[in-house]
Amino acid sequence: MVRKWIKWFYTMLIFAFLYAPIVVLMVFSFNDSKNTAKWEGFTFRWYQTLSENGLIMKALYYTVLVAIVSALIATVMGTLAAFGIHYMKTWRQKLVLNINSIPILNPDIVTGISLMTLFVAFKMELGLVTMILAHVAFNVPYVVLSVLPKLKQMSGDTLEAAMDLGATPWYAFRKVILPEIKSGIITGGLIAFTLSIDDFVISYFNTGNGVTNLSIAIYSMAKRGIKPEINALATLMFIFVLVMLILINKRTKIEEI
Amino acid sequence: MKDKIVMGRSLTKSYNGIEVVKGIDFWVKKNQFLTILGPSGCGKTTTLRMLAGFESPSSGQIFFEGNEITSLPPYQRHINTVFQKYALFPHMNIYENIAFGLRINKVSEKEVKSKVAKMLELVNLSGFETRKVNSLSGGQQQRIAIARALVNEPKVLLLDEPLGALDLKLRKDMQIELKNMQKELGITFIYVTHDQEEALTMSDKIIIMNQGEIQQIGTPTDIYNEPENAFVADFIGESNILDGIMHKDRLVTFAEKQFECVDGGFKKDEPVDVVIRPEDIKMVNVDEGILKGVVKSVVFKGVHYEMIIKGASKEWMIHSTQMAEEGSTVGLLILPDDIHIMSKEAGYA
Amino acid sequence: MLRKIASSSYLVWSFLFIIIPILMIGFLSFTSSEGSVNTGFSFDNYKRFMEPIYLKVLLRSVEIAFKATLICFLVGYPMAMILAKMDSKIRNLAVMLFVVPMWMNFLLRTYAWMTILGKNGILNKFLSLFHIAPMTFLYSEGAVLLGMVYNFLPFMVLPIYTVLTKMDKSLIEAAEDLGGNKGTVFRKIIFPLSLPGVVSGFSMVFMPAVSTFVITNLLSGGQYMLVGNLIEQQFLAVNDWHFGSAISMLLMVLILLTMSVMNRLGAGIGEEGSAGLW
Repeated sequence: MVRKWIKWFYTMLIFAFLYAPIVVLMVFSFNDSKNTAKWEGFTFRWYQTLSENGLIMKALYYTVLVAIVSALIATVMGTLAAFGIHYMKTWRQKLVLNINSIPILNPDIVTGISLMTLFVAFKMELGLVTMILAHVAFNVPYVVLSVLPKLKQMSGDTLEAAMDLGATPWYAFRKVILPEIKSGIITGGLIAFTLSIDDFVISYFNTGNGVTNLSIAIYSMAKRGIKPEINALATLMFIFVLVMLILINKRTKIEEI
Repeated sequence: MKDKIVMGRSLTKSYNGIEVVKGIDFWVKKNQFLTILGPSGCGKTTTLRMLAGFESPSSGQIFFEGNEITSLPPYQRHINTVFQKYALFPHMNIYENIAFGLRINKVSEKEVKSKVAKMLELVNLSGFETRKVNSLSGGQQQRIAIARALVNEPKVLLLDEPLGALDLKLRKDMQIELKNMQKELGITFIYVTHDQEEALTMSDKIIIMNQGEIQQIGTPTDIYNEPENAFVADFIGESNILDGIMHKDRLVTFAEKQFECVDGGFKKDEPVDVVIRPEDIKMVNVDEGILKGVVKSVVFKGVHYEMIIKGASKEWMIHSTQMAEEGSTVGLLILPDDIHIMSKEAGYA
Repeated sequence: MLRKIASSSYLVWSFLFIIIPILMIGFLSFTSSEGSVNTGFSFDNYKRFMEPIYLKVLLRSVEIAFKATLICFLVGYPMAMILAKMDSKIRNLAVMLFVVPMWMNFLLRTYAWMTILGKNGILNKFLSLFHIAPMTFLYSEGAVLLGMVYNFLPFMVLPIYTVLTKMDKSLIEAAEDLGGNKGTVFRKIIFPLSLPGVVSGFSMVFMPAVSTFVITNLLSGGQYMLVGNLIEQQFLAVNDWHFGSAISMLLMVLILLTMSVMNRLGAGIGEEGSAGLW
């Protein structure tokens, strides 16, 4: 009984630790003061002025745009790459997989500055395009790694069987392979999207020209004090994610039954 | 009481309000080979797990050498278990796996060495000390699991379908080996299986369970020859089971014919189950038989032929060393001794 | 044909966006420029890093990252065990709730700690209720450590949790059956078998911790210099890309070496062969 109580207490302590900053942000999104650390009364003001704050809305726009575009490109590229890698000879497969894992293992900052060096060397102006390219480069390996296991689970002769029955390779890929690896593709795409939406380091080094995402906006504000509208936006995004997760959780539970 | 080494009294186990073991009573004597036999989901494994201490009974008691151990944790019971899927520790080599129990009991290193060597010899795997667990075949892993459980010199060894994952040939060899080991070491074995043949060849005593209840307890011969109900008869060996009417003592009607039999004590015209073993039906010329039928199929089973014979109201399964032509008509003869009458009320619970 | 296109196009892509960028910083690290004149191949940048002030930064980074990893392990292992032992009905929910905070922007969460730990922050206000004088929590090593533990704790808990839930329960039962009490079973069976999870937890926490510059910048107010900060400065403030590249190369080698050692370790104790790529 005592053990149980200790466990419960410990769990609550950890959860309090994890949620403390989030609660703080949420509470202060209703704070009627520009100064974040002092409670001056309840207000919905920041939720109303949020849409009028050009800087934040622009950052939000770029964040979502970059996340969607780069996740889509990364998903298509990563799926095709996984497909290619799957049918490679062993030593070549090993080599490509090792290269593929570099951006995953490498610290973000090294990936970020090395891509920046590349763009600068090619005389590309840092901005939206370089940011999207950098995100794609960073995300593709994750898509590859989530699609590849699904391909391995597939029976080895499926593609041959389909082509034997008269399917063109492209037709066979769409009708036979794609349905089998669908869940891996979706997972990979979601990973790419979340990594992109939450990314700071890669974006920080590979953008310019006034193109900033939310992370960069928050970082540049942090030292002077965050605008309360950001708290409001974060609260909205957090609630959105929470609701989505609960819905997904419910749905999978029903499917399990 | 003293020679009943393990005893269960009104053992009940329920999960979420569903009773999987329904108040069973049983005991096993010292040095006996007891088998708990039944189809999957009958509660046999749950019973074994309660004896081992992995599950605590919802109600009832367990006694070991006359002392109650119902709420004792597994590590305080002088009972060891051989698991269905071996449960060898993958991060230890064979030597360390077997030495595990000894190490806990702080046995000296010298003694550990000699005991492990002895155990490996017992299971015919001497020289395997430094091998890794997953470099061993299923049969070898099972032997190691047995050695690991025996090294602590338990008074009772529990075995949960230990041969279930092995192929047929290996299973047969291991059955004999296990039986010999049990005799040699003088340890009580409680063995759980769904394989009736395994139970019949190895056991001194068999408990047959179905749907959480004990159907019959007895020696293999008792259970085979005198099944107490249709479930046992059906489960042990193959049987022809028919509906019949008991007119009076020693007279029964089934398959639209009257038969003399040896059972009695039923109500007048009570509906009963009639059980007849396939090898107890004699195949004779058409005019000599009480019943007749057309041979539908013949399968050679190694020692005997298994034939399905289509009679007027029922298909009979018979075992015979003689073969009949498919499609031919034969006569069937059943002697009074071979007709087993079972009350309908007991049986399929 | 399709396979050829798929594999060769990814080869080209990964060459362009993975190999070449690294070769470029490698090249930069071995050259120096004075003004616009390239001075040719030299080890100067690496030699410069051997100076005590820079070595100290590296040492400090490794030290604080290791501390953070250790704290994550000590705090996270019990948490992973509690989660793994939960009833399966509430377990999914609990794990989900455990992960959810990671979905809020990482900079915002770190920033929130600034408002909690600050001089006029929530923690000091709370302490003043008990008449405890305000203390400086922010802008210290402790604050950086807390930021690291806060951000990376889930990376320690989740791999351990996964290994624990996948563990064959009959192994634990077998150990108990052979006479092991709860403590023995934990020491001899559960913990050794969970080591692969611990190893991946260690690398998943250590790696981002040793290379971060955001947490240090926010929570130490730029007073506390780690390798990540040094690299950022060289590229964005000092504009010495050559030196910055050299530090990046060193950091990369350090990380890849650690990872390969960790992976070997993980493969050595794991049941199956190495699933890792290195």
